[in-house]
Amino acid sequence: MTNPRSKKLQLVIFIIFSILLFLAITWRITAGDYKMDIYTFFKSLIGQGEYTDHLILMKFRMPRMIIVVLAGMALSLSGAVIQSITKNPLAEPGILGINAGGGFAIAVLISIGQVNPNTFIYVLPLVSAVGGVLAVTLIFLLSFNKGRGISPTSMILIGVGISTALSGGSIAIIRKFNESQTEFISAWMAGSIWGDEWPFVIAFLPWVITIIPFLFLKSNVLNIINTHDQLAIGLGVNLNAERIVLLISAAFLSSTAVAVVGSIGFVGLMGPHIAKSLVGPRHQLFLPIALLTGALLLVVSDTIGQTIMSTTAIPTGIVVAIIGAPYFLFLMYRTKSI
Amino acid sequence: MRSKRLALIHTFLKFTIAGLIMMALFLLSVVLGSANINIPTIFQAIFDFDPLNINHMIIVDIRIPRNIGALLVGIALAVSGAGIQSVTRNSLADPSLIGLSSGAALTLSLTYALSPSVPFSILILTSFVGAIIGGTMVMMIGRSRRNGFNPIRLILAGVAVSALLSAISQAVSLYFRLNQSLIFWSAGGVSGTTWEQLYIGMPVVIMAVIIFFLMSRQLTILNLGESVAQGLGQNVKFTRVATIILSMLLAGISVAIVGQVAFVGLMIPHIARFLVGTDYRRVIPLSAMLGASLVVGADTVARLMGEAPVSAIISFIGVPYFLYLIKKGGKPI
Repeated sequence: MTNPRSKKLQLVIFIIFSILLFLAITWRITAGDYKMDIYTFFKSLIGQGEYTDHLILMKFRMPRMIIVVLAGMALSLSGAVIQSITKNPLAEPGILGINAGGGFAIAVLISIGQVNPNTFIYVLPLVSAVGGVLAVTLIFLLSFNKGRGISPTSMILIGVGISTALSGGSIAIIRKFNESQTEFISAWMAGSIWGDEWPFVIAFLPWVITIIPFLFLKSNVLNIINTHDQLAIGLGVNLNAERIVLLISAAFLSSTAVAVVGSIGFVGLMGPHIAKSLVGPRHQLFLPIALLTGALLLVVSDTIGQTIMSTTAIPTGIVVAIIGAPYFLFLMYRTKSI
Repeated sequence: MRSKRLALIHTFLKFTIAGLIMMALFLLSVVLGSANINIPTIFQAIFDFDPLNINHMIIVDIRIPRNIGALLVGIALAVSGAGIQSVTRNSLADPSLIGLSSGAALTLSLTYALSPSVPFSILILTSFVGAIIGGTMVMMIGRSRRNGFNPIRLILAGVAVSALLSAISQAVSLYFRLNQSLIFWSAGGVSGTTWEQLYIGMPVVIMAVIIFFLMSRQLTILNLGESVAQGLGQNVKFTRVATIILSMLLAGISVAIVGQVAFVGLMIPHIARFLVGTDYRRVIPLSAMLGASLVVGADTVARLMGEAPVSAIISFIGVPYFLYLIKKGGKPI
């Protein structure tokens, strides 16, 4: 039932953003301490390059690239779903405390210690997801009101509270750590992408390729949830059940992403918002675009963070926040309804 | 007449109890710690100081400044919170939730980056400027069209502004390699308080609180609503601006001493209003006492737990309280 014209528009925008993303990736891979020109990049990509180029590309730059792209997609899609469920354009996994939940779980895991370094990588996304889902469940339970159901606004405020509590808890746990653990967690909290090797890709990929299609299949439900509650109930949608399933999937998606890239906010806010402003609020149309915008944002932020200073790299999460927070404030300034 | 006198006695009793609690916690806090020291030694250390006695040294050079630091921070945050809540007529306002603390932290980290050994008086000044920057940003954006401060907008703007300012401070500290000390700072801790900080911080806090107290009549009236206040012939704008600036000053000082501590300024004015009503001539002094008790108590607990961050300890009480307030609907006060 989608208007064929908007379908066409979506296709055009999809292609444009794919090209932009590809250009950003090329920029990211060719920039850096070890200069690699575009020609060498393509030659190495198809296996014709020199040994060092090939090594640097395949061992260092490629896995990081893939992680960044996948995490951008995951965070953006998760943000899109959360915005639709809460009917609040300012909601996103970072603000709701899902990232903090993942971080807290990781801090607990490290403090318990004795983790097998071989399995650690694969356990990490799961542990983080458990933390994220628990945080979201807590928020859901606290914002549930018997008479009125779930109030989106109080949900966000409660999220802010929970997120503060969990970050405080993580800091309290860190204090007991030794120096390398503290360094790891503080880097994690700043959102420096630390999981940039192939095993992390393998640990993260399964969640992305199962949850993203699932959420795409739910596009229509999301369209209905985004309308008035009464209408949704009238159309036969079991609102609360669907909300719970969607919220948990979204939390799972973003907290597995956060486990490998660190606590990165605002991608889940900006990605979907840009997509919606281009192709409209229908989920079938804007969700695919949101994947690309999220990935693009993270790739660009990562490149800026890695290259802007010659002495140290700035954690990607910091770059994203410096870009994303003003965007959020601008959105708030414009949205007078809240 | 009789019931009025009874109410007065009640208020007096509440103040006495709050004062006693504060003093008891202060004493307890000096006694407890990794080296337990008995009360006679404390008095000896104060009145008959022996520089060769290690316990005297611990008390005078470490414990007492630390506790006075906690006391000052508690007073500053609670009174600052009361001021902000009254001006924004928003029960969810708190110095660190509306961007004052993160603004102060940013300017502090910039100052440290540029010159690591600045005197404390300059640090107070810079953190005051930072609090003004952060607070103004949040209030400009959090203000709704109809000239009111919607609690949700204010909190959301606070979250975003804090995220932005903290990201910039992190970038600054990474660039100048200050990271280790800053983590310590953002976690909040009074353990490093020195007498030098107190000599400068104490008079400023006391002055600000006294001015607040002198303005408390206007605050009470402002609390009734802008139109009522105007009708009663008040210069609403002046009261507002003065209150906000004083609140920013107090929040800035507390960040300079302890780092970012949330929820003191949120909870304490609530409790004070619950105990003595909305008359700010009572709310301000009671908030000061209760705030001091909370931070001193939390710092003692933190010390007994092996130097856990004070902010985390306070969050354990503060977050449930915050959630409870939201549940109640976050109504304007």
